[in-house]
Amino acid sequence: MKAINDFKMNIMSKSANEGFIRAVTAAFCALIDPTVEEISDIKTAVSEAVTNAVVHAYKEKQGRIYIDAAIYPDNTVKIRIKDKGCGIEDVKKAMEPLYTTSGDERSGLGFSVMESFCDKLKVSSTPGKGTVVTLTKKITGKCE
Amino acid sequence: MKISFSDKQMTVFLSGDIDHHNASSLRAKTDTEIIKQKPQKLILDFSDVSFMDSSGVGFVIGRYKTALDVGCTTAVTGLRDRDKKILMMSGMENKIEFR
Repeated sequence: MKAINDFKMNIMSKSANEGFIRAVTAAFCALIDPTVEEISDIKTAVSEAVTNAVVHAYKEKQGRIYIDAAIYPDNTVKIRIKDKGCGIEDVKKAMEPLYTTSGDERSGLGFSVMESFCDKLKVSSTPGKGTVVTLTKKITGKCE
Repeated sequence: MKISFSDKQMTVFLSGDIDHHNASSLRAKTDTEIIKQKPQKLILDFSDVSFMDSSGVGFVIGRYKTALDVGCTTAVTGLRDRDKKILMMSGMENKIEFR
Protein backbone atom coordinates (compact mmCIF):
# COMPACT_ATOMS: atom_id res chain seq x y z
CA MET A 1 0.00 0.00 0.00
CA LYS A 2 1.34 3.42 -0.93
CA ALA A 3 1.52 6.08 1.77
CA ILE A 4 -0.63 9.17 1.31
CA ASN A 5 1.62 11.23 3.59
CA ASP A 6 4.94 10.76 5.31
CA PHE A 7 7.72 12.52 7.18
CA LYS A 8 11.30 11.75 8.11
CA MET A 9 13.59 13.33 10.66
CA ASN A 10 16.66 12.55 12.65
CA ILE A 11 17.76 14.07 15.90
CA MET A 12 20.47 13.75 18.53
CA SER A 13 19.83 11.05 21.12
CA LYS A 14 19.49 13.51 24.01
CA SER A 15 16.90 12.74 26.65
CA ALA A 16 15.70 16.35 26.35
CA ASN A 17 14.52 15.48 22.82
CA GLU A 18 12.13 12.74 24.00
CA GLY A 19 9.26 15.18 24.46
CA PHE A 20 10.00 16.91 21.16
CA ILE A 21 9.86 13.62 19.22
CA ARG A 22 6.56 12.71 20.93
CA ALA A 23 5.08 16.08 20.07
CA VAL A 24 6.20 16.03 16.41
CA THR A 25 4.92 12.49 15.84
CA ALA A 26 1.62 13.31 17.54
CA ALA A 27 1.22 16.46 15.42
CA PHE A 28 1.80 14.45 12.23
CA CYS A 29 -0.75 11.81 13.24
CA ALA A 30 -3.21 14.57 14.19
CA LEU A 31 -3.53 15.32 10.46
CA ILE A 32 -5.95 12.39 10.13
CA ASP A 33 -8.11 13.46 13.05
CA PRO A 34 -7.50 10.75 15.64
CA THR A 35 -9.27 10.67 18.99
CA VAL A 36 -7.50 12.09 22.05
CA GLU A 37 -7.02 8.50 23.27
CA GLU A 38 -5.40 7.45 19.99
CA ILE A 39 -3.00 10.40 20.10
CA SER A 40 -2.11 9.53 23.70
CA ASP A 41 -1.51 5.90 22.69
CA ILE A 42 0.87 6.99 19.93
CA LYS A 43 2.72 9.44 22.18
CA THR A 44 3.20 6.78 24.84
CA ALA A 45 4.41 4.08 22.42
CA VAL A 46 6.78 6.50 20.64
CA SER A 47 8.13 7.71 23.98
CA GLU A 48 8.98 4.14 24.99
CA ALA A 49 10.81 3.43 21.72
CA VAL A 50 12.76 6.70 21.84
CA THR A 51 13.67 6.19 25.51
CA ASN A 52 15.02 2.74 24.63
CA ALA A 53 17.24 4.33 21.98
CA VAL A 54 18.54 6.97 24.44
CA VAL A 55 18.96 4.66 27.43
CA HIS A 56 19.92 1.31 25.92
CA ALA A 57 21.10 1.76 22.32
CA TYR A 58 23.49 4.66 22.88
CA LYS A 59 23.91 4.51 26.68
CA GLU A 60 26.30 7.32 27.67
CA LYS A 61 27.32 7.93 24.07
CA GLN A 62 25.67 10.41 21.76
CA GLY A 63 24.13 9.13 18.56
CA ARG A 64 21.22 9.95 16.31
CA ILE A 65 17.66 8.71 16.36
CA TYR A 66 15.92 8.35 12.99
CA ILE A 67 12.16 8.68 12.92
CA ASP A 68 9.92 8.21 9.96
CA ALA A 69 6.18 7.97 9.89
CA ALA A 70 3.66 7.31 7.15
CA ILE A 71 -0.10 7.50 6.83
CA TYR A 72 -1.84 4.96 4.57
CA PRO A 73 -5.22 5.22 2.76
CA ASP A 74 -6.87 2.85 5.29
CA ASN A 75 -6.00 5.33 8.09
CA THR A 76 -3.16 3.21 9.37
CA VAL A 77 -0.14 5.00 10.76
CA LYS A 78 3.26 3.34 10.67
CA ILE A 79 6.05 4.87 12.75
CA ARG A 80 9.63 3.65 12.64
CA ILE A 81 12.18 4.56 15.31
CA LYS A 82 15.68 3.56 14.32
CA ASP A 83 19.05 3.86 16.02
CA LYS A 84 22.60 2.90 15.14
CA GLY A 85 23.45 1.90 18.69
CA CYS A 86 24.57 -1.32 20.35
CA GLY A 87 21.64 -3.45 19.18
CA ILE A 88 19.82 -6.13 21.17
CA GLU A 89 21.40 -9.58 21.59
CA ASP A 90 18.14 -11.36 22.37
CA VAL A 91 15.06 -9.49 21.13
CA LYS A 92 12.63 -12.12 22.46
CA LYS A 93 14.11 -11.82 25.96
CA ALA A 94 14.16 -8.01 25.77
CA MET A 95 10.45 -8.03 24.96
CA GLU A 96 9.50 -10.06 28.04
CA PRO A 97 7.49 -7.94 30.50
CA LEU A 98 9.54 -6.55 33.41
CA TYR A 99 12.86 -7.64 31.83
CA THR A 100 15.48 -4.90 32.02
CA THR A 101 19.25 -4.76 31.70
CA SER A 102 19.38 -1.34 33.31
CA GLY A 103 19.33 -0.68 37.03
CA ASP A 104 18.52 2.98 36.48
CA GLU A 105 14.90 2.71 37.63
CA ARG A 106 13.80 1.20 34.35
CA SER A 107 10.59 -0.75 34.85
CA GLY A 108 11.22 -3.23 32.02
CA LEU A 109 7.81 -2.37 30.57
CA GLY A 110 8.81 -0.45 27.44
CA PHE A 111 7.95 -3.11 24.85
CA SER A 112 4.86 -4.23 26.81
CA VAL A 113 3.55 -0.66 26.73
CA MET A 114 4.28 -0.36 22.99
CA GLU A 115 2.41 -3.63 22.36
CA SER A 116 -0.46 -2.55 24.55
CA PHE A 117 -0.99 0.84 22.88
CA CYS A 118 -0.39 -0.16 19.25
CA ASP A 119 -1.96 -2.74 16.94
CA LYS A 120 1.37 -4.13 15.82
CA LEU A 121 4.94 -3.96 17.09
CA LYS A 122 7.95 -5.17 15.15
CA VAL A 123 11.48 -5.11 16.52
CA SER A 124 14.49 -5.94 14.39
CA SER A 125 17.95 -5.61 15.80
CA THR A 126 21.53 -6.48 14.90
CA PRO A 127 24.05 -6.45 17.75
CA GLY A 128 26.65 -3.76 17.10
CA LYS A 129 24.59 -2.19 14.31
CA GLY A 130 21.35 -0.95 15.83
CA THR A 131 17.64 -1.46 16.26
CA VAL A 132 14.51 -0.63 14.30
CA VAL A 133 11.16 -0.49 16.10
CA THR A 134 8.08 -0.32 13.90
CA LEU A 135 4.78 0.69 15.47
CA THR A 136 1.56 0.31 13.52
CA LYS A 137 -1.80 1.69 14.59
CA LYS A 138 -5.12 2.06 12.85
CA ILE A 139 -6.75 5.41 13.52
CA THR A 140 -10.49 5.07 13.87
CA GLY A 141 -11.30 8.55 15.11
CA LYS A 142 -11.57 10.08 11.66
CA CYS A 143 -15.02 11.36 10.77
CA GLU A 144 -15.90 11.88 7.13
CA MET B 1 6.49 19.59 41.47
CA LYS B 2 5.35 20.63 44.95
CA ILE B 3 5.77 18.76 48.21
CA SER B 4 3.63 19.25 51.29
CA PHE B 5 3.71 17.72 54.77
CA SER B 6 1.02 17.20 57.36
CA ASP B 7 0.79 14.71 60.22
CA LYS B 8 3.71 12.50 59.14
CA GLN B 9 2.22 12.44 55.65
CA MET B 10 4.24 13.65 52.66
CA THR B 11 2.35 14.49 49.47
CA VAL B 12 4.19 14.98 46.19
CA PHE B 13 2.13 16.94 43.65
CA LEU B 14 3.49 15.92 40.26
CA SER B 15 2.78 17.91 37.12
CA GLY B 16 3.52 18.01 33.39
CA ASP B 17 5.23 15.15 31.58
CA ILE B 18 6.80 12.27 33.49
CA ASP B 19 9.17 10.67 31.03
CA HIS B 20 12.73 9.40 31.23
CA HIS B 21 14.13 12.93 30.85
CA ASN B 22 12.08 14.51 33.64
CA ALA B 23 12.01 11.55 36.02
CA SER B 24 15.62 11.91 37.20
CA SER B 25 15.19 15.37 38.76
CA LEU B 26 11.84 14.38 40.28
CA ARG B 27 13.51 11.31 41.74
CA ALA B 28 16.36 13.27 43.35
CA LYS B 29 14.07 15.90 44.90
CA THR B 30 11.55 13.38 46.20
CA ASP B 31 14.16 11.01 47.66
CA THR B 32 15.95 13.87 49.44
CA GLU B 33 12.72 14.85 51.19
CA ILE B 34 11.71 11.26 52.05
CA ILE B 35 15.11 10.61 53.66
CA LYS B 36 15.12 13.96 55.48
CA GLN B 37 11.52 13.99 56.72
CA LYS B 38 10.97 10.23 57.23
CA PRO B 39 7.17 10.38 56.75
CA GLN B 40 4.89 7.46 57.60
CA LYS B 41 2.82 7.87 54.46
CA LEU B 42 3.96 8.99 51.00
CA ILE B 43 1.28 10.13 48.57
CA LEU B 44 2.19 10.61 44.91
CA ASP B 45 -0.48 12.84 43.40
CA PHE B 46 -0.72 12.55 39.59
CA SER B 47 -3.74 14.88 39.18
CA ASP B 48 -1.78 17.46 37.14
CA VAL B 49 0.29 14.98 35.12
CA SER B 50 -0.38 15.44 31.41
CA PHE B 51 1.75 12.58 30.13
CA MET B 52 3.35 9.49 31.60
CA ASP B 53 5.14 6.50 30.11
CA SER B 54 6.87 3.53 31.77
CA SER B 55 9.47 5.92 33.21
CA GLY B 56 6.64 7.03 35.50
CA VAL B 57 6.30 3.43 36.65
CA GLY B 58 10.04 3.35 37.38
CA PHE B 59 9.59 6.56 39.36
CA VAL B 60 6.78 5.08 41.48
CA ILE B 61 8.64 1.80 42.13
CA GLY B 62 11.80 3.70 43.08
CA ARG B 63 9.98 6.00 45.53
CA TYR B 64 8.11 3.03 47.01
CA LYS B 65 11.51 1.45 47.76
CA THR B 66 13.02 4.64 49.22
CA ALA B 67 9.91 5.09 51.38
CA LEU B 68 10.02 1.47 52.53
CA ASP B 69 13.61 1.97 53.68
CA VAL B 70 12.41 4.62 56.18
CA GLY B 71 9.36 2.56 57.21
CA CYS B 72 6.90 4.52 55.08
CA THR B 73 4.04 3.18 52.94
CA THR B 74 3.12 4.59 49.54
CA ALA B 75 -0.15 5.58 47.86
CA VAL B 76 -0.86 6.97 44.40
CA THR B 77 -3.78 9.22 43.55
CA GLY B 78 -5.17 11.19 40.61
CA LEU B 79 -3.97 8.72 37.95
CA ARG B 80 -5.78 8.78 34.62
CA ASP B 81 -7.10 5.37 33.52
CA ARG B 82 -4.41 4.88 30.89
CA ASP B 83 -1.62 5.70 33.36
CA LYS B 84 -3.17 3.36 35.90
CA LYS B 85 -3.11 0.66 33.22
CA ILE B 86 0.65 1.21 32.70
CA LEU B 87 1.31 1.13 36.45
CA MET B 88 -0.77 -2.06 36.85
CA MET B 89 1.47 -3.81 34.30
CA SER B 90 4.27 -3.65 36.87
CA GLY B 91 2.31 -5.68 39.43
CA MET B 92 2.64 -2.86 41.99
CA GLU B 93 -1.04 -2.95 42.94
CA ASN B 94 -0.25 -5.33 45.80
CA LYS B 95 2.44 -3.09 47.21
CA ILE B 96 1.04 0.39 46.90
CA GLU B 97 -2.36 1.82 47.61
CA PHE B 98 -4.40 3.18 44.69
CA ARG B 99 -6.69 6.04 45.73
